[in-house]
Amino acid sequence: MKLKVKNVEFGYNSTLVLENISMELDRSEVVGIVGPNGAGKSTLIRCIDRILTPRGGSILLDGTDISKMTRMEIAKEMGYVPQTTTRVFPATVFDTVLMGRRPHLGWKSSDEDVDRVLKVLELLGIIEFAMRDFNEISGGQQQKVLIARALAQEADILLLDEPTSNLDIRHQLEVMDIIKSIARSKGISAIVAIHDLNLASRYTDRLLMLNGGRIFAVGDPESVLTVENIRRAYGVEALVKSDGERPYIIPVRPVKTR
Amino acid sequence: MEKKESRTVTANEIKEQYKKFIGRKIFFIFFFIALIVGITGVSTSLGSADISVWDAYSSILRKPFPNLFESELIFHWDDVPGSDNERLKQYLIDKYDIGWVESAEIIKSADGKISIKGVGENKVEITRNEWDKEKATLKISGDIDPGHRVNDFKAKKANGKLCIHESTWLADVCVWNLRLPRIFLGIIAGVGLGLAGAVMQAILRNPLASPYTLGISSGAGFGASLAILAGAGIVGGKYLIVGNAFVFALLVSFIILALSSRKGSTPETMILAGIAMMYLFGAMTTILQYFGEAEAVKEAVFWMVGDLNRASWPVVTIILGTLACCAPLLMMRSWDFNAMGAGDETAKSLGVNVEHTRIITMVVSTLLAATIVCFTGTIGFIGLVAPHMTRLAIGGDNRYVLPVSGLLGAVILISADLVARRIIAPVILPVGAVTAFMGAPLFLYLIMRRRREYW
Repeated sequence: MKLKVKNVEFGYNSTLVLENISMELDRSEVVGIVGPNGAGKSTLIRCIDRILTPRGGSILLDGTDISKMTRMEIAKEMGYVPQTTTRVFPATVFDTVLMGRRPHLGWKSSDEDVDRVLKVLELLGIIEFAMRDFNEISGGQQQKVLIARALAQEADILLLDEPTSNLDIRHQLEVMDIIKSIARSKGISAIVAIHDLNLASRYTDRLLMLNGGRIFAVGDPESVLTVENIRRAYGVEALVKSDGERPYIIPVRPVKTR
Repeated sequence: MEKKESRTVTANEIKEQYKKFIGRKIFFIFFFIALIVGITGVSTSLGSADISVWDAYSSILRKPFPNLFESELIFHWDDVPGSDNERLKQYLIDKYDIGWVESAEIIKSADGKISIKGVGENKVEITRNEWDKEKATLKISGDIDPGHRVNDFKAKKANGKLCIHESTWLADVCVWNLRLPRIFLGIIAGVGLGLAGAVMQAILRNPLASPYTLGISSGAGFGASLAILAGAGIVGGKYLIVGNAFVFALLVSFIILALSSRKGSTPETMILAGIAMMYLFGAMTTILQYFGEAEAVKEAVFWMVGDLNRASWPVVTIILGTLACCAPLLMMRSWDFNAMGAGDETAKSLGVNVEHTRIITMVVSTLLAATIVCFTGTIGFIGLVAPHMTRLAIGGDNRYVLPVSGLLGAVILISADLVARRIIAPVILPVGAVTAFMGAPLFLYLIMRRRREYW
């Protein structure tokens, strides 16, 4: 077991945002977190990376409680990919990815770090943009750059916060493909918060459906993405079809509320 | 479909480009250092006393390297009369245009005086100073311009021989006591303000952050006004104004830090708190001035415009000491600043202790800015603009932005001071105003012609 989340609670003042969340993540596994807006998907991911400090519960990384680890130690194990980054000041794509080496280096970056960055850029097929400014490239390319940074970090676990939400369908598929294939080829585990239920169904091994800060359903995509679950969690009437392997969802209409 | 590049870019090409990119940044560091050295020389040579650029440099370098930059050797004392006769005569002819020495005889008397006697009144005497062993005096009488009758020489033992050199006393005093403290203050104040501005912009992720907009300068201005107008202060005596300015500048930043260290506050909280402080202390200064005596108000206003007139070696030493402590502390964290530029969450996920780093660096950079501002008054523009100009030139990697912004700050400040001193000499304009006056159009030009998306 790579990562174990036990009874995690998080809240601001009196409002609980996450309640009693437990989950596990295996090596090489891709787990999707789905749920309506405000269900706590992003909050959970940030709690796992200790960007937010949970109010209760524990998060074990290879059996060690991360509250007993330094930020730097956590950064060597887990890489976080934010939804978007708005940069105030310019940075090249290369420098953005090089920043992923931060947990591993001193003041000076070595030739080895440069080579690693180049390798990651090549792997994601974005090396031609290396010297361009991060703000100048398209949203899909930016997302790949952010994933590249997490890969340069050489973490065993990737935490991705809605990596596909601003992308066209080709980039959505490309990004999910990348996540899936590095999970398989490099033994990296990933937790992906994602809105698109069809992408979630296609690319994840297991799904965690949150609603109102609690776990609503958990299991393989087939058992989580049911007509009943979607109706109750999202308030949406949907058709769930299957291509024999994975379910696919056609949303029809919002459930009428009286 | 994305447009396919006609040619694939290889990793090696990118590596080459990256190396060039780094090379460009290093070039800028050396370029600005060279520029500072150049402006120092020119600036030292300009002023009421006439000193050439070369004399200025040799005066500067003579102190640390006394033997390498010695002035011209005129003769060896013990070789006159003797093998150095011709040398001394040639010198006298070249310098004083007294041709009669050519054929005159050189005599050294028993009490150690060299004299050359010509026809009639014409006479040259060189005596060693009884009190100051390092001095010798030349006296010429007879047919000569009265302004050139006396000159000082420098006497110095080298390789067991007593050498008589051209005196550099005037240039040395002028350079070391009058002009250099001012220029050095300009350099270190520029470096400090440029650096502090770059750091504040980086950690607050805001292009408007600078010692000025964070209220540090207004705090200092209020402290100084209080000392000048009301005579009240925290430390007394000679350092009343400076001490007051320093204490109030720090007070402002501690208020800002206290407000923004509350939970859930963002970098924007700090900026807004800083701007609120700027208005608050500005208003208090205005009220003080409203009730102040005309003369005192004038002095307070003069203090606040910012200039380098208060330069002296102790001041330079204090600021240099502060800079030497603060600069490494700030530069060390360049990677953290880079990570924080991508957002607090990303920085945390990359292992940076964001809140801690922000507080520590704010304290350090504020201390640096406050130390400078309390001696120079409000030189607001550099801290804001030097970092921006730097990023326009070399991109946003803080490992290079911090040093280059500091160096550029120094370049801007000493060149503005050069203009301020010379443009309507002997009146010296306040350098704070000149900096903004020269810098603002240049800055506007740079942001107008920028090629890429910047803010």
